[in-house]
Amino acid sequence: MSADFTTLTVEQLSRHYGRRKALHRVSLACHAGDIIGLLGPNGAGKSTLLSILATVLAPSEGHVRYGTLTAASGGAALRGRIGMLGHDLFLYPELSALENLVFFGNLYGLADAEARAKAALARTGLGDRAHDAVAGFSRGMRQRVALERALLHEPRLLLLDEPFTGLDQASTRALVERLRQVQRAGTMTVLATHDLDTVDGLLTRECILRQGRLLGVDASQGTLRDRYHATVHGA
Amino acid sequence: MTRVQQLQLALAGAMLAVAPWIIDGAPYESTMGLVQKIFYFHMPSAWLFLIAALVAGVASARFLFGRAPSADYWAVAAAEMAVVFGIITLVTGPLWARKAWGLWWVWDARLTSSLILWLIFVAYLLLRRFGGPGSDKLGAGMALFGLVNVPFIFVSVNVWRTLHPQTSVVPTLPVEMGAPLWFCLTAFLLLFLALMSMRAGLARQRARIEALYLSEEEA
Amino acid sequence: MRQFLRVAWLVVQKDLRVESRSFEVVSTTLFFSVTVVLIFAFGLVREGRPADDVAAAILWIALAFSGTLALGRTFERERQAETLRALLMAPADRPALYVGKLAGMLVLLVLIEAVLVPLIGLLFQAPILRYPWSLAGLLLAGTVGFSAVGTLFAAMLVRARSRDVLLPILLYPMTVPVMIMGVRGTAALFQATPDEPLARFCLAFLVFIDVVFVTLALWTFEPVMTD
Repeated sequence: MSADFTTLTVEQLSRHYGRRKALHRVSLACHAGDIIGLLGPNGAGKSTLLSILATVLAPSEGHVRYGTLTAASGGAALRGRIGMLGHDLFLYPELSALENLVFFGNLYGLADAEARAKAALARTGLGDRAHDAVAGFSRGMRQRVALERALLHEPRLLLLDEPFTGLDQASTRALVERLRQVQRAGTMTVLATHDLDTVDGLLTRECILRQGRLLGVDASQGTLRDRYHATVHGA
Repeated sequence: MTRVQQLQLALAGAMLAVAPWIIDGAPYESTMGLVQKIFYFHMPSAWLFLIAALVAGVASARFLFGRAPSADYWAVAAAEMAVVFGIITLVTGPLWARKAWGLWWVWDARLTSSLILWLIFVAYLLLRRFGGPGSDKLGAGMALFGLVNVPFIFVSVNVWRTLHPQTSVVPTLPVEMGAPLWFCLTAFLLLFLALMSMRAGLARQRARIEALYLSEEEA
Repeated sequence: MRQFLRVAWLVVQKDLRVESRSFEVVSTTLFFSVTVVLIFAFGLVREGRPADDVAAAILWIALAFSGTLALGRTFERERQAETLRALLMAPADRPALYVGKLAGMLVLLVLIEAVLVPLIGLLFQAPILRYPWSLAGLLLAGTVGFSAVGTLFAAMLVRARSRDVLLPILLYPMTVPVMIMGVRGTAALFQATPDEPLARFCLAFLVFIDVVFVTLALWTFEPVMTD
């Protein structure tokens, strides 16, 4: 069964924990090549939305459609077309960079997992550290390995939770460049971040969340930072 | 409280109020004497304890596989009933044992099995109380295992030790002793049904309040 | 089916590789189980002579305690970098992940038993070599039953609060039948006049429990792990 998709539609999505609205009636649409930024203060529901998009959390109400599929109808095949970089990176610190990538590559059923993993590490400039345990890596290096882990199976939808946290300038530039590459390949990206200046110009669209609600984005001029503050603080 | 619940409670209350006289009127069991009368409370509560465990397990399975939220209300309610009737069973059992065998606790097979099953449901409630978000699903898995475990517990404890009056007592009892027993069982059953449906109703009301809070902020 | 086994094998391989880097779980759990044996010995051995059946009891208690510890540590590892979530996100059969984690746990516990059993034989003059195959069968079947429930509960508690204390609270009452059958069967083999039929019955019953527990766990793993 093919689980490919080129659009992502979120309709009236809500997730409640008791009476707390982690996410409330959020709708958005996404097409191939889009990079959507989820912005907003802590506890705005960014991570909840990413978890639902990753199909590991079920919404209380509303739907997510991946092309014509849903999380229920797509099942494992759909999960195989989504890549996620979580805030906690999803890497085994005891294993080497290569072992991590090969393990997940095999788990995703890639026939050439080892070759792909080596190529990915070479591309990120970590080829010579491939056999070192991830535990000894700096935050920036780990982040790069983690991103390659999420991209190894060439997902249609890439989900990133705070990918810029703890990165120095060079690593940030490299990450932005990598995201542009992914964009050119037609992958949809949804990323949650606080680094407004970094992603200004990278995003094709921004979604500003506060207390689980999607705030209408003020279409006025100015930098992303200005727009964000105008929307969140209701200037 | 619904009409049915009121009726059940009133009937259970009335029956339990009369129960002492009925039990008093039952024939005096010659070998065990007066203590045998505890049996009229012990056995009904033990049965309902098992029934409550059964309800909790089945409701949990429905919650887990059928994704019916209402099944969870019944699972919690039944688990609490299991703990309550389990306590009655575990208190009246040793009272009897003290007179019959001279010791409070003799590790009798059925009583020990009841203790283990009771611990499983206490653990279930602890999980629901302290497990945080998502513990409803975890609890459902736990209750399901608890239900499947019942025969294993019973057989294994029997292998380990046995000292109970063997085989079923009920059919062999003379009618005069059986009738009060069925009377008490009915009273306990009514009480059980009323309490369980009230507890499930409470859980449902809570869920509705949460839902109301959610829609309230819309306006 | 081949896919299922392949995923399970990948997870086992990964777990063993992680463990082989530091031997953290094996070494700490092993040391812990030895101290448990000693503490019980001080409580139960008098004038150099253990009471009847003490060896079997201590063996299984030490196993239950160290098994809980190993389960807790193993899943704490999967929680730290949220790798359990990453596993659940992979396009793999989720029950296969469970089987992989269970098999990894079994390898760990069998390693610990390989040290624990000779130790018990040495300290309590238990005739561990009298029926080596029956003893091995009982230990293996008991470990499978214990780990089947333990792996499921530890995996689902990864998301819960107070998981450290909740794991033994949930696990011990649930595994009482396994413990009783294990202890009775082992004691039947160890006692002065061995009771082979009883040991065989216990083994058969343990295998039956294993089948039921593993089936039920495979069945519940997916709905319990998805939120």
